[in-house]
Amino acid sequence: MKYTIEEAKLLKKEQLAKGIFRFTVFSPAVASVAKAGQFANISVAGKILRRPISICELDPQFGRIRFVFEVRGDGTAILSQAVEGDIIDLIAPLGHGFDLGDPSLQAVFVGGGIGVPPLLEAAKSYGRNASVYLGFRSEEAMILVRDFAVRGAAVRIATDDGSLGYHGFVTDLLKEKLQNDHVDIIYACGPRPMLKLIAAMAREQGVACQVSLEERMGCGIGACLVCACPILKDGVPTYRHVCKEGPVFNAEEVVWDA
Amino acid sequence: MPDLKINFCGIEFKNPVFTASGTYGFGREFNALYPISLLGGISCKGTTLAPREGNPPPRIAETPSGILNSVGLQNPGVEHFINEDLPWLLEQKTGIIVNIAGSTVEEYCEMAERLSETAVDIIELNISCPNVKHGGAAFGTSCASVTEITGEVKKHCTKPLMVKLSPNVTSIADIAKSAEAAGADALSLINTIMAMRIDIETRRPILKNNKGGLSGPAVLPVAIRMVNEVANAVNLPIMGMGGISDWRDALEMLLAGASAVQVGTILFNDPLAPIKIIDGLNRYLKSHGIARVSELTGAVQLW
Ligand SMILES: Cc1cc2nc3c(=O)[nH]c(=O)nc-3n(C[C@H](O)[C@H](O)[C@H](O)COP(=O)(O)OP(=O)(O)OC[C@H]3O[C@@H](n4cnc5c(N)ncnc54)[C@H](O)[C@@H]3O)c2cc1C
Ligand SMILES: Cc1cc2nc3c(=O)[nH]c(=O)nc-3n(C[C@H](O)[C@H](O)[C@H](O)COP(=O)(O)O)c2cc1C
Ligand code: FES
Repeated sequence: MKYTIEEAKLLKKEQLAKGIFRFTVFSPAVASVAKAGQFANISVAGKILRRPISICELDPQFGRIRFVFEVRGDGTAILSQAVEGDIIDLIAPLGHGFDLGDPSLQAVFVGGGIGVPPLLEAAKSYGRNASVYLGFRSEEAMILVRDFAVRGAAVRIATDDGSLGYHGFVTDLLKEKLQNDHVDIIYACGPRPMLKLIAAMAREQGVACQVSLEERMGCGIGACLVCACPILKDGVPTYRHVCKEGPVFNAEEVVWDA
Repeated sequence: MPDLKINFCGIEFKNPVFTASGTYGFGREFNALYPISLLGGISCKGTTLAPREGNPPPRIAETPSGILNSVGLQNPGVEHFINEDLPWLLEQKTGIIVNIAGSTVEEYCEMAERLSETAVDIIELNISCPNVKHGGAAFGTSCASVTEITGEVKKHCTKPLMVKLSPNVTSIADIAKSAEAAGADALSLINTIMAMRIDIETRRPILKNNKGGLSGPAVLPVAIRMVNEVANAVNLPIMGMGGISDWRDALEMLLAGASAVQVGTILFNDPLAPIKIIDGLNRYLKSHGIARVSELTGAVQLW
């Protein structure tokens, strides 16, 4: 356990799409130890509970970390009003992130909507061996596509309305990939029904699959047992904690129909 | 230097600031941020005889200035606590309160007996958990059952027995008197207030358990009132809790009649809150020329 409470200065605020923001903050203590797929628990003015937001990118050299978040309710709306120079009060890095394999493995990343940002840092580690499939509602909601492509990953887009890329679900792209190519590992983040489908496809093909899950949190550090989600342990569903043992779990062990 | 030490049930603690059961685990996670030896002590997560899985998620909902929870006493069981958590806790040199819960009087007695053989400081009898179907709060809401369970457990308990009271009763002073008459050594209050929230889109309660317990700043005035009523009704030391978020709140709780305080929900926002409260109390005592924190207990002057 190597997390800290950090008062991180907001260096850069960008709007990536309607209601979606990217914050680059100066947080050297976090940047130096964080791993892909871990998250930060961010304090928002006037709210007791912090908001869990995944770390999207890490820059240990310059002590920076990045988050991308979507305005969903009050808390994220308040956070989105921060201006450059403000202090972001965060506890990070938290949770168990993605287990990254050898960069020579063929890795596939599947993200849906606001589930896309948590995959970026992990995808970067596979360079050209990453195949990235990103699903969005429409072209307007599209985020981070270029960022994934920077390290040479092949990126394909699916939109629900067909406004860009493949017209349909991103899981169709994954299916095609699994039929045509050898895949060593799948990483996925997005809406639960999407993850469930991906888990089933991975299982069918015998491909390892890691998914990042969400649950409402209290402490965020593993003390209050609020963020329970049923995970198979020796085949028996047991409550594990998304903030500490997750948010990334082995897809095979997730109890999808709890 | 003002004296923050307290004597509670004949035991000396460094200061009157404890962390509340269920919000702090067994202290390990917070110890990664600061040494928990700085605290007066911790009240451990509610422990039952056998391990419990707890309620299905979601287990938490945010409310104006508070939260609802329905964890439902998820815990690894008393033997696991004694073998895995207690040895570590004892090394940390902090006060240790074990919060116990059960579905039958016998279960409570068995746990009290088992824990009396260990080096824990105080046993906190949780008869006020609103989140379990059997036992829990059911024991804490009538004077007769409080008398019975306190009396029975007391027979099996050689540690100081602190009975944790539920606010979900008509007269908390009457319940407190029953606990005192049956042999309680101390009282702690308040546990969470039964509450509910509904998602207006799905028309479903936010908590999978439908109902949960309200805690956090929203409950502070209720807790202050109840601690004061209880302090006026009994002659037992009180650990006061419910909505404390800073040293001013803690001070108010002491003035109302508590000898020590527990802080819970605020930890989710600021894990350092108890440390800041200790500092704040220290500064207050100094600036007001008060020698001992214990002088503040019950010092409110009612109109
Ligand atoms: C591990 C983890 C990583 C996440 N990463 C990201 C990310 O990178 N980008 C992003 O945009 N969002 C992310 N989320 C979701 C984000 O936490 C919620 O959208 C946010 O908490 C909503 O807060 P609110 O006040 O705007 O909404 P409200 O609905 O008003 O929030 C009310 C309460 O419910 C909680 N809550 C609501 N939705 C969620 C949810 N989906 N998951 C957990 N708690 C929730 C809030 O934290 C708050 O306590 C992540 C969630 C988790 C658990
Ligand atoms: C997540 C959570 C879990 C709790 N678990 C327990 C428990 O196991 N046993 C118990 O006696 N009280 C439990 N409580 C109640 C607290 O110990 C405390 O009485 C209450 O929350 C009021 O204090 P607060 O407002 O400072 O949180 C729990 C509270 C919360 C928020
Ligand atoms: S949020 Fe407290 S244990 Fe996960």
